[in-house]
Amino acid sequence: MEIQYVYTKKRAEFGRQCIFSDRPAELLVDIAPNPDALKEFVERDPVDRGVQVVQEMSEHDVNTERFETDSHGLNHAEGGWPKDVNAQEVEQVIRFRKKVEKDEMYISTVQTLGGQMEHCIKQNNAIDIYQDYFSDVEIQASEEPPSAKTINVFKDPYKDRGVAHISWYPDGPTKLAIAYCNTDFQRAPKDTSTESYVWDVINPNSPEMTLKPVSPLVCLEYNPKDAHILVGGCYNGQVAYWDCRKGSQPIETSEVSTGHRDPVWKVIWNQSKTGTECFSVSTDGQVLWWDIRKFAEPIEKLYLDATKKQDASQAQGAYVLEYEPTIPTKFMAGSEQGAIFSCNRKGKTDADKIVAVYPGHIGPVYALQRNPQFPKIFMSVGDWTTRIWSEDIKENAIMWTKYHQSGLTDGCWSTVRPAVFFTSKTDGTLDVWDLLFKQNDPTLTVQVSDEPLQSLRLQEHGRLMACGSQGGVATIVELSEGFYAQNRNERNLVNTIFERETRREKILEARHREMKLKEKKGGGGDDEEEHGEEQGEDLMAKAEQDFFAAIENEKKLRERRKEERENAMREAESAGNEEEQGGEEERQNLERVEEGGEEEADNSPNEEQAAAAAAPAEEKGETEGNEKA
Amino acid sequence: AEVEETFKRILAHKGVVGVIIVNFDGIPIRSSFADSSLTVQYCALIQQLAHKSRSAIRDLDPGNDLTFLRIRSKKNEIMVAPDKDYLLVVVQEPCDQP
Repeated sequence: MEIQYVYTKKRAEFGRQCIFSDRPAELLVDIAPNPDALKEFVERDPVDRGVQVVQEMSEHDVNTERFETDSHGLNHAEGGWPKDVNAQEVEQVIRFRKKVEKDEMYISTVQTLGGQMEHCIKQNNAIDIYQDYFSDVEIQASEEPPSAKTINVFKDPYKDRGVAHISWYPDGPTKLAIAYCNTDFQRAPKDTSTESYVWDVINPNSPEMTLKPVSPLVCLEYNPKDAHILVGGCYNGQVAYWDCRKGSQPIETSEVSTGHRDPVWKVIWNQSKTGTECFSVSTDGQVLWWDIRKFAEPIEKLYLDATKKQDASQAQGAYVLEYEPTIPTKFMAGSEQGAIFSCNRKGKTDADKIVAVYPGHIGPVYALQRNPQFPKIFMSVGDWTTRIWSEDIKENAIMWTKYHQSGLTDGCWSTVRPAVFFTSKTDGTLDVWDLLFKQNDPTLTVQVSDEPLQSLRLQEHGRLMACGSQGGVATIVELSEGFYAQNRNERNLVNTIFERETRREKILEARHREMKLKEKKGGGGDDEEEHGEEQGEDLMAKAEQDFFAAIENEKKLRERRKEERENAMREAESAGNEEEQGGEEERQNLERVEEGGEEEADNSPNEEQAAAAAAPAEEKGETEGNEKA
Repeated sequence: AEVEETFKRILAHKGVVGVIIVNFDGIPIRSSFADSSLTVQYCALIQQLAHKSRSAIRDLDPGNDLTFLRIRSKKNEIMVAPDKDYLLVVVQEPCDQP
C-alpha cells in the first residue's frame, strides 16, 4: 500500500520564510489488524523462560596506605613489685627478697632448675652444638637454577626523574647513593627538584640524607678511600663534592667557566697519594682532572680527539670513563660516536696521550669496564650489543653478543666471578651472562621494571645488584648463589676462552693485513686500480661461489642423512634395539652437521671473512662427509 | 643455703657470664650481674619471651608444656629454665673445650 502525500509550492515562493500553523491531526492511513496472520502462530502455554537471580558484585582494588615505621628504643623501668614495696627503697627491696628466699618452694624449685641448667651448660661446654659444620668442604657448582630476587625498592619522591647513577657505600652493602636527573634533552619541567639522595638499605621509605647541588646530578661516586666523601657531576657541567657528615650542601663546586660545557656524565676517583683526585668526562669532549681541595680549576685537561692532535674542535664527547685503580696512569673513555679511547695520562707528547682508538659501537658507548681479574680484557656496552675487547687487538672485539631487540643502557662485570657480567636494557630487563655456561644467550633474564633501566651497579661482594629505572625507581636484586660462589677452575677456563678468542682475532687481523698488502703490491696508477677492483670483484665472485658450493654440499649431505635415517627406522621397526641405537647416533651426527652449517651461515655476511672462512668450512664439510661415507 | 650453693656452682661453670633468678612477677630475686639495670632488662624481656613460648607450646598441643628455652645468638647463649612460679636464666658464652 502506498502512502503518498503531495505538497506543491510555487517557484516564486521558494526560499520564503516558513510560517507554521497548527491544525488538528488528520488520519492519513488506518491499517487494521489482520486476523488471518494469527493462523501462522501457535499459542504456547506454559512459556519457559530463564531468569537468573544473582548477587551483583563488583571488583574493587584497595591499597592500604603505606604505614611509616620508625625505630625507637624502650626504657625499661622496674615494675612488678607488689604494692607495699617501693622499688626505689633499697631496704624494702632487700627485705622482700629475703622473704621470698625463705619460701620452701623457692628452694626446691631452684635446685631442680639448677640441675637442668647444669646439664645444658655442660652440654654446651662439651661440644659447640651450633658450630658451622662442613664449612671447609668445597662448594661445588651450585645445583640450583639461576635466579634473582628483588629485595628492596627505592622510589624517588619526585616524578619525572630517572635514576642516572648509583654508587654503593664502600664499607659494605648498607647504603646507596643515587643520582636522580631527567636526562631527556631540555624536556625536564622547570621546577624539577635537583636533589639526590643517600638511602639506607633497610629503610626504603625515606632517604637517609639529601644532597642539594646547584643543578641535578648526573653521576655520583663514593670515595673508595674515605667513605664520607662523595663527588658528583652536574647536568650543567659543574662538579661538586660533599661530606656526609657536614650536611646537604656541597662543600665545594667547580666554576662554570672552567668546568665542562655539557653534562658531566662520569666522575671517577683517582688513585693518588692524597686520595683527593678525581677526573670527569662529558659530552663536550674534555676529560678534566680535579683536586677536590681546589675546585676553582682543573689540574689537567685532555681532549678526546681521534686525530691525536688535541684539537678541541675534533674532540668527541664521551659518556663513560673507565679506570682501574691498579693501573693508575691509564684510563679509557667511551665516546658518543661509538669509539673507545685508550689513553695514558702521563703521555709526554699530545700524540702519546691517546694511545689507541678502538672502533667500538654504532652508537654511543654507555658502559666500559675492565674485567676485575683479567685487566687486559674489557667490555663495552652500546647500541644493541655488548662487546668484549682485548687491549692488544685494536681492530675488532674478540667476543660480542648478538643484537638484542632493545637497546642496552649499562653493563658491568661481576666482581667475584670473572666469567659473569650483567647488562641492562631499555625494556626493563636485567641480563646476567655467564660465559662458562652459555655464550649465545644470557644465563638469566630478570624483568626488573616496566620502564627502561638506565643504570646498574653491582655491590662489591657480588651478591646485590642495584638497578635504576627511568621512572626514578631503584631496585635492589639479590642474585642466586651460583653467581657469586667462586669456582676454582674458573680462572683457568675463562683465561682459555679469552686467549682463544684473542688468537682468532689476531689471525683474522693478520690475514686482513696480508690481503691489503697484496692489493697494494698490485702496483700504482689507474690500470692497477682497475686491476685491483677486478681482483676485488673476483674475490667476491669466488667467495660467493665457495659459499654456494658449501651450501649445496650441506644440502646433499642432509638428504643423504634423511634417507639413511628413514631406512634405519624401517629396519628398527622390524629388527631390534641395536638398529634404533644406530639411528640415534646418526641423528646426533646430523645435529652436529646442522650446527656446523649454522656457523657457516653466520660467517657469510662479512665478505672478507667469507673468503677466509668458506675455505676452511669447505674443508670441514668435506672431512665430515668423508667420515659419514 | 642450698640455693647459694646451686647458684655458686652454676656460676663456676666454664663460660657462664651471669645467672638470674626471676619470680613470676618479673622481679629479680637473685642476680649475679653487678649492673642492676641490665638485670632488670633481662628480667623484663626474658620473662615475657618465656611466657609467650610457653603459651605457644600449649596452644599447639594442650598436653605439652615448655621444659627449657635456649636462645642462641652470635655472641652468647641465653638459657631459660621455666617453672610455675620462678625462672632461672643463665647467660653463657659457649666455647669448645680444648
